[in-house]
Amino acid sequence: MKRLMLLGDEAIAQGALDAGLSGIYGYPGTPSTEIIEYIQRNPEARQRNVQRTWSANEKTALEEALGISYTGKRAMVTMKHVGLNVAADPYMNSALTGANGGIIVAVADDPSMHSSQNEQDSRFYGKFALLPVLEPSNQQEAYDMPRLAFQISEMYGIPVMIRLTTRLAHSRAAITRIAVLPENEFHLPTDPNQFMLLPAFARKKYERHLSLQEKLEQEAEQSPYNTYTDGPDRSRGIIACGLAYNYLRENYTDRECPHPILKICHYPLPEKLIGTLLSACKEILILEEGMPLAEETIRGLLGYKLNIRGRLDGTIPRAGELSPALVRKALQLPDLPRAGIPAVVRGRPPALCLGCPHADTYKALKSALKDYGQGHVFSDIGCYTLGFLPPHQAINTCVDMGASISMAVGAADGGLFPAIAVIGDSTFGHSGMTPLLDAVVKKSNVVIVILDNATTAMTGMQDSQVEGRVEQICQGIGVEQEHIRIINPLERYLNENVSTFKEEIAYPGVSVVIARRPCIHVYARKRGRS
Amino acid sequence: MKKDIILAGVGGQGILSIAAIIGFGAVESGFQLKQAEVHGMSQRGGDVQSHLRISDRTIYSDLVPLGSADLILSVEPMEALRYKPYLSESGWLVTNIHPFLNISDYPDMEELMKEIRIVPHHITLDANQISKELQAPRSMNMVMLGAAAPFLDIDYRKLQDGIRFVFGRKGEEIVEMNLRAMAAGKKQAEQEL
Ligand SMILES: Cc1ncc(C[n+]2csc(CCOP(=O)(O)OP(=O)(O)O)c2C)c(N)n1
Ligand code: SF4
Repeated sequence: MKRLMLLGDEAIAQGALDAGLSGIYGYPGTPSTEIIEYIQRNPEARQRNVQRTWSANEKTALEEALGISYTGKRAMVTMKHVGLNVAADPYMNSALTGANGGIIVAVADDPSMHSSQNEQDSRFYGKFALLPVLEPSNQQEAYDMPRLAFQISEMYGIPVMIRLTTRLAHSRAAITRIAVLPENEFHLPTDPNQFMLLPAFARKKYERHLSLQEKLEQEAEQSPYNTYTDGPDRSRGIIACGLAYNYLRENYTDRECPHPILKICHYPLPEKLIGTLLSACKEILILEEGMPLAEETIRGLLGYKLNIRGRLDGTIPRAGELSPALVRKALQLPDLPRAGIPAVVRGRPPALCLGCPHADTYKALKSALKDYGQGHVFSDIGCYTLGFLPPHQAINTCVDMGASISMAVGAADGGLFPAIAVIGDSTFGHSGMTPLLDAVVKKSNVVIVILDNATTAMTGMQDSQVEGRVEQICQGIGVEQEHIRIINPLERYLNENVSTFKEEIAYPGVSVVIARRPCIHVYARKRGRS
Repeated sequence: MKKDIILAGVGGQGILSIAAIIGFGAVESGFQLKQAEVHGMSQRGGDVQSHLRISDRTIYSDLVPLGSADLILSVEPMEALRYKPYLSESGWLVTNIHPFLNISDYPDMEELMKEIRIVPHHITLDANQISKELQAPRSMNMVMLGAAAPFLDIDYRKLQDGIRFVFGRKGEEIVEMNLRAMAAGKKQAEQEL
């Protein structure tokens, strides 16, 4: 079949489509976003009517996937690493309910935090839930793995994670397609209680899940993605997980690597293969993109007796992504000669676009707050987080999606006045509604500013779930009609907007100010269309 | 054949179009290709880069290793220098000298040019000026692609096909404009060589 040039993200999407996918669910998040976007614009997906709309957040996405799996169909859920924190509840529990139709949880981690508020390694969730994890090392594996993932998922009745990281997610290479599998027919679980986790059932299911572990490890031992390659120089053996394998090979383009190599891309960790390497070699170098999962496991509590190099002994830095150069250093090969960055080079941080509606909202808000001193504005995650930087310097916090409102509620409890939350429309839909309910129930003295730019801008202009319904949602949750105010963040309305903020700050209860003006890119696109 | 290329610029300057066209030319020539892009946070006027690797053998790393780039192609002069650690000793630096001024502490132009001229193999041109003269101000990136063409080891006609492939949807006029821009950049670079 035809070769395609695909991003790692797109390769997973195409691989899942070709393996009989019926529905994909997820919430945008760099570097995972392109998985769903690929399926949304794919003509075959459209023709087959594969379910492919965005979900409100990662938790609803994973539960929707469980639902379609209940009907026997194959599903994939996508998210960035922090999204799995949001979806952790259904993920952990899905280990016990298991899957009927195959379920893939595709998670893209972002070591080095290129576009994230932390770095975490989703393989630990796999270990926590005792569920298999596949970690492609290149685009072809990213394409091939969904097929194996669905197979394992349906054979053992459990979800399977595919974990990838930024550099693979956003790097393009050629893949070869193979024959397309048909989608599953509608069929309900043979055990009608499969998805029932009342304690009496859950205990049995947990026993079953524990007893599966040996078989899951057996799968990993025999996996085509875990391979042992012998080498003559056994002073050192190398374990390379996922993408790290490429950086290893990159340093031996002119010759074969002299050391035995165990490539691991399929978890749980294959104990026997690891044992073979350990007994053959004097020292083991462990290369992992992310946190030291294999290293910690192999080293254990008493591992100082083993001669293991990796992130824990400082051979490789504890934080941040790998690179060919870091791996080269760990292999004790000489650096390639290279220059430094000249001192004239200055930082060029990202900034709000010229004409961005958020900038005008911040200007008005800052003016309304100028008599109160610093430290009143809890913000959230999106383009508007860039309002922290000069020249705006309008916000004080960014923690996790939805935390702006909840933190403002808590801070008001603690005596902060005014307590302001600033949250984007998509973020509000993701996890702003529930803390707003808390605020209403407690009658918190807070002003919640919803930045309604009609899109999910930060991640590249996806639809916002709450578009056209923000006021109704606030009303429905119980915010008083007269304290739901709408402003148009434009320079010419500055004075009016400042007054609106001042009035709502003066009101001792929950106020919502909706700052409504489309992102300039949405505006340009809509104008281009009409 | 191995070409490791760093494409550099500022978000919105069109380096991904350059990557797509070179990539098209490379694949059409039967080479292997890997191309790492930057998405997300870095696109709002911040620095962006793309790693483009072309070879007749298997390419492992998606990232160009430090010290091994054969070419830095930059659409902005300060951004060109940001990736100097990637350049190999025999590599070329091909850069636009028109600065993109969106930060308050942009360095002195003279100092910047001095640093660029220290690089043993470099080509500099004002691609903004050239594209303006061609009345194709939005094709600055294609002028720079043209300037890099002599260093790519890819048949020029395949790059022309790449432009047709990438811009075809936008109509014949846009395709022609970009072809002219690329030709002008190539001519300028050949004069400097
Ligand atoms: C749990 C979680 N999911 C996804 C993301 C990725 N993410 C960061 S900001 C953002 C969208 C923000 O959209 P919106 O709130 O509308 O603000 P805008 O960027 O449009 O200003 C997303 C999806 C994240 N950081 N955390
Ligand atoms: S993309 Fe839109 S919302 Fe984001 S900074 Fe630019 S104008 Fe503002």
